[in-house]
Amino acid sequence: METTIAGHDVAVNDEGYLTDLSQWSREVAEAIANEEGIQLTDDHMPVIEYLQEQYRNEVPLSIRKVGKSGVVDIKGFYALFPGGPLKKASRIAGIPKPASCI
Amino acid sequence: MKNVVILGAGTAGTMMSNHLSKRLNDDWEITIVDQRRIHHYQPGYLFIPFGTYTEEDIVKPIEKFIPERANFIQKPILKVDKDNDRVFLEDGEVLNYDVLVIATGTDIAPEEIDGMKGPHWHESVFDFYTLDGAVKLHRALENFDGGHLVVNIAEMPIKCPVAPLEFTFLADAYFEQRGIRDKVKITFVTPMDGAFTKPIASAHLGHLLEEKGIEVVPNFNIMSVDGEGKKIMDYEGKEVDYDLLVAVPTNKGADYVERSGFGDDLNYIPTDKATLQSKVKENIFVIGDATNIPASKAGSVAHFEGEILLENVLRFINGQELKDEFDGHANCFIETGHGKALLIDFNYNHQPVTGTFPFPGIGPLNLLKESRMNHMGKMAFKWIYWNMLITGRHIPFVSPTMSEAGKNFEETNA
Repeated sequence: METTIAGHDVAVNDEGYLTDLSQWSREVAEAIANEEGIQLTDDHMPVIEYLQEQYRNEVPLSIRKVGKSGVVDIKGFYALFPGGPLKKASRIAGIPKPASCI
Repeated sequence: MKNVVILGAGTAGTMMSNHLSKRLNDDWEITIVDQRRIHHYQPGYLFIPFGTYTEEDIVKPIEKFIPERANFIQKPILKVDKDNDRVFLEDGEVLNYDVLVIATGTDIAPEEIDGMKGPHWHESVFDFYTLDGAVKLHRALENFDGGHLVVNIAEMPIKCPVAPLEFTFLADAYFEQRGIRDKVKITFVTPMDGAFTKPIASAHLGHLLEEKGIEVVPNFNIMSVDGEGKKIMDYEGKEVDYDLLVAVPTNKGADYVERSGFGDDLNYIPTDKATLQSKVKENIFVIGDATNIPASKAGSVAHFEGEILLENVLRFINGQELKDEFDGHANCFIETGHGKALLIDFNYNHQPVTGTFPFPGIGPLNLLKESRMNHMGKMAFKWIYWNMLITGRHIPFVSPTMSEAGKNFEETNA
């Protein structure tokens, strides 16, 4: 469905995840982060960029994988995105939530 | 003579040896390498803990399924030397190839989780992704008279992503049959945000967990196991106590992939998701669980990949352009207990939906809906596996790419 986030027209799914990464911008990310109770800072950006790059390469993501990326360790990942880091960071990064096949 | 070497004689490798032996001309020699002697019907692992199958029901000699013209070498692989197109085996034997097909799959790596291995491994902490684990879990379940059974997925991707849920459903039915269901608490602990993660599957199947009295702990990313204290901990400080832990550990590709220097951090091989040619080198192709493509790691996926990979190996040999046809097609029966099962059919673009399969509007199998017919389909599949799938015979009415007919896509909104 279409919606407006931070003045930008974007397509999202039922759970508020962007369905087209090309519609992502820092402003959109900040607005989504606010909804998740997170104030986006420059410290968040390398993690978000890493997630987007993995998504473009179609690499499945896990918390442990992010922790081994060299971008952030697992503790740091939880500190940046408290309470469900991969789920929240994925939404802020404009990529789908981690899912199984069913 | 030219050489095609296949690494791995499991589902995908055995199937490819049969496909290639039928289609390659006499200029080609086919060699297939595996350190094991026995072929396991891996979908059968799920049923062993509950005594439905025993060990003998799901094993046969690998060689029985390798075509006569192929040469089977039962040795461990040391590494692939991609620059010189050769494979080193652990005993020093060297195999030169013109085309390499990698089919060495994936395996559990419990050592990746702190504390998972230890004196409690296969005592109070079990896997069912190995024959050994499944057999030992069977004994443990027989002796289990009550307490907390916890099923945990460590991280994705895993082989057969629905198996942990199937195990949970079958455990519920098993304890009910033994008349002790009221003495057993069953909890499904997952790193994802629910037992079902796709909107349509959640909508149609979410009720199953509640009906069966299965608790779900979502967003749990396991950090470590306390085998003595019998609890699992996540990175956020959450803990879940257990009496019996059924773990689905981190999955990894084979170790020689790391030694060959071309896998990702879980030893999966970068592969083009539509052609199945590796991104490592143009004469290396990859099939089944060994790839890093975003399809499910499952035998049905390997089966659908097989026909397209065969075509592409032949095209490569003839200097033709590869077909970019693989669509991520998967088709899986999901046991829900009490003699019923679900069926799902999906690909890269379409999540599982309701409908009929394989004949639009007729069935006889129902998609995303519990039925006895689906369960019969799952049990009949063992015969199909040994007699058709790994021998590279086409399964009637089921195409390698997913058919959109007979499926209710109008529900799709995500």
